[in-house]
Amino acid sequence: MFSVKRRFFRDLQRDRWAVRYLELQLYGSNLWMGVVSLDQGYVVQMQGITKEFPGVVALNGVDFNLKRGEVHALVGENGAGKSTLIKILSGAYQMDRGEIRINGQKVNISSPRHSQELGISVIYQEFNLVPYLSVAENIFLGRESMSNGVFINNKENRAKAQELLDRLELEISIDDTVADLGVAQQQMVEVAKALSMQASIIVMDEPTSALGNREIEQLFRTIEKMKSEGISIIYISHRLEELWQIADRVTVLRDGQFITTSDMETMDKDQLIKYMVGRDLTEQFPERNVSLGEEILRVENLSKKGVLENISFNLRKGEVVGFAGLVGSGRTELMRCLFGADRFEQGKIYLEGREIEIKSPRDAIGHGIGFITEDRQRQGLMLVRPVKENITVTALDRVISNLLIDHSEERRIAEDLVDKLRIRTPGLEQEVRYLSGGNQQKVVISKWLLEKAKILIFDEPTRGIDVGAKKEVYSLINELVGQGVGVIMVSSELPEILGMSDRIYVMSEGRITGELGSQEATQEKILQYATEE
Amino acid sequence: MIKSSPRKLAPQRRLDSFRKELGALTGLILLCIVMSFASPYFLSLTNLMNVLRQSTLIGIVAAGMTMIIITGGIDLSVGSVLSLSSCLTAGMIIWYGWNVWLSVALGIIIGAVFGLLNGLLITQIPLPPFIATLGIMGVARGLAFVYTGGAPIYTFPKSFRYLGQGMIGPVPFPVILMLIIYVLFYILLKRTKLGRYTYAIGGNEEAAILSGIQVGKFKTVVYALTGALAALAGMILAARLDAATSVAGDGFELDVIAAVVIGGTSLSGGQGGVIGSLIGALIMGVVRNGLNLLLVSSHWQRVILGVIILVAVTVDVLRKRGVFVKSRG
Repeated sequence: MFSVKRRFFRDLQRDRWAVRYLELQLYGSNLWMGVVSLDQGYVVQMQGITKEFPGVVALNGVDFNLKRGEVHALVGENGAGKSTLIKILSGAYQMDRGEIRINGQKVNISSPRHSQELGISVIYQEFNLVPYLSVAENIFLGRESMSNGVFINNKENRAKAQELLDRLELEISIDDTVADLGVAQQQMVEVAKALSMQASIIVMDEPTSALGNREIEQLFRTIEKMKSEGISIIYISHRLEELWQIADRVTVLRDGQFITTSDMETMDKDQLIKYMVGRDLTEQFPERNVSLGEEILRVENLSKKGVLENISFNLRKGEVVGFAGLVGSGRTELMRCLFGADRFEQGKIYLEGREIEIKSPRDAIGHGIGFITEDRQRQGLMLVRPVKENITVTALDRVISNLLIDHSEERRIAEDLVDKLRIRTPGLEQEVRYLSGGNQQKVVISKWLLEKAKILIFDEPTRGIDVGAKKEVYSLINELVGQGVGVIMVSSELPEILGMSDRIYVMSEGRITGELGSQEATQEKILQYATEE
Repeated sequence: MIKSSPRKLAPQRRLDSFRKELGALTGLILLCIVMSFASPYFLSLTNLMNVLRQSTLIGIVAAGMTMIIITGGIDLSVGSVLSLSSCLTAGMIIWYGWNVWLSVALGIIIGAVFGLLNGLLITQIPLPPFIATLGIMGVARGLAFVYTGGAPIYTFPKSFRYLGQGMIGPVPFPVILMLIIYVLFYILLKRTKLGRYTYAIGGNEEAAILSGIQVGKFKTVVYALTGALAALAGMILAARLDAATSVAGDGFELDVIAAVVIGGTSLSGGQGGVIGSLIGALIMGVVRNGLNLLLVSSHWQRVILGVIILVAVTVDVLRKRGVFVKSRG
């Protein structure tokens, strides 16, 4: 009995080794995918990937599989976890739990460099190219062929670069300066660079967001070419229509959860949108009971060449008007024009029925318009200056008497706002760069509360801040409209737009493509308008 | 727990706001102690007054330069503007026989105009401050040569010489002038709109514009002020030497920038203050004076001053890195 059992285990052990040995042989000869049925043609297998950040579960047990030679679309709303997943694959983040197999082999991707060695290459929206070097120099930057170990072997580099461009059938000269190339061509250079690193898995993050139609065609031709060479592509895009042109399969993420993976052929747009947004609104939006007053702002036919086209809208006292749309649809550009930070060619702005001219932010502020910018670190805050100074900067006149700043008055005003907005800071003299994102955002908002603003523009007011701080921002907006302020809110988070707005304008490619009342608005309708060409 | 307690922390604030200067001040005191052992003459009243007097030119201009550097800019033209305005004033007084104080006032206005020019080039075209002031540096120096033909203008009336040689009690007049300027600039920076906006612009120019600050106007004013201070320094130098020359203040801009940087004002803008720059100017004065007392050749003095700048800024960088790590934790 005992010996039988032992022999059984010994045999099992031996068989396991035999299978393992076979696997290795097959893997080496590239036959492996056809034979071992379990790992059929998958170059990337990600299973149960979980990643937590303080206060947020960015990914919760997400599965993602990529076949050899397929274009696999990865879609989801902002914050769904797409970029976190990609960052784990590219080695920028470490996952907390889960398993990754590359070509069937379990790996622990420890760094971006390791990811590259595994044949993974990510092409980001903002390219990593050196503008004033040539195409060939960029492709082999940091990996130049050398002669005698001292001099760069230009001849060989150029030959190899030419080979790559030929392989991709691109009409770019290897000697062109990258800065002289169009966006699409720069993207091609990035692709060539990825291929030069022997990449077999290429991630493209919003590759078409900055491209025109003809350039998109060229990109798609290049993608087809790569596919035919057996290269696998993960394709992230907000432009849903194009997925049916280029992608073979699609995986949907929502709130860090895996929703589905499906063939593109069996999926239609409505279904896809439902998968992307189909959730209960988990974030609670505080209730608001404000009766709308008269019209406070009217914009007529505002146009800026190549950016904005015939924008007309209005805003009433006590109203929150949401601006939805995809990244790059012109919402921020419109707000900058309205605030005088950028110039526009045509159009009229009426404030409380009177036409006004806004040539600079100073003019806008003088008319009672405030602008909480999208990028608080670059446009909203003086990071090395204390909390106090950041708060009072827009309304310094209020604390100046006889040409001198009254420090105790200034502290009192700043203290009030710190208390009111519950800005968590060790003191008024703390440099803002040491505050958390949510508290930094509150500092940005607080500086507009000092001026008696009639209109406040919030551009992505809750980007990158935690749920608690989000709610506080929402409550604050409610309080402001309660006092008769008109609020314009630009946001890419649909639940936020739906939960907060009395009316919603949807923008696409510099135009307003739809206006929705709060009753009729749904995520599906907004996405339909937002993707309208 | 949620409620912050800035009131409780208010006393710490005063210490904090001077912590920056504390490093430079410690350096200055250490330097004085070392010097007093190295040379018996160092601590004598006459010598100390000498040190102060020697620090006045750099000190006065450093007050303005501090503001420029806080905005994130730089001014390379101060040495040339110093020379040109002193030559023009000398010409007015000696060649044309104009009223002394009118000539001095006109000279200072000329300095301010050149500063204004810097500011307009930087904010209206806009040119990078380095380039704009490099250009003006050449223009002003060239004009000084053109005006004087390269020869010094000398023998001022006594009233003018008082600017550089006068004494109030045991204290040289220019030293008093410098201290007054520092009091004014301290108040200017800490308590006026111009000062606050200077920090705001250097802290984040884009945010400053979007906060409705007229960045161009305020920057231009800061450059004009510095131009005026450079001209004033030119008067003092001419009065002290009893001669105005077109070669005066050659390389002066670098000494001024060094004093500001030694004082802890960051070249990346948004941080710093005039007290540090005054200490920086004094450090440079003490080192020069001490090395003179120790009979170190002027050639070696340049080497040593160079090393001091490197050490001061290195200490500052290391200290900041330490602060940063602590605050993250």
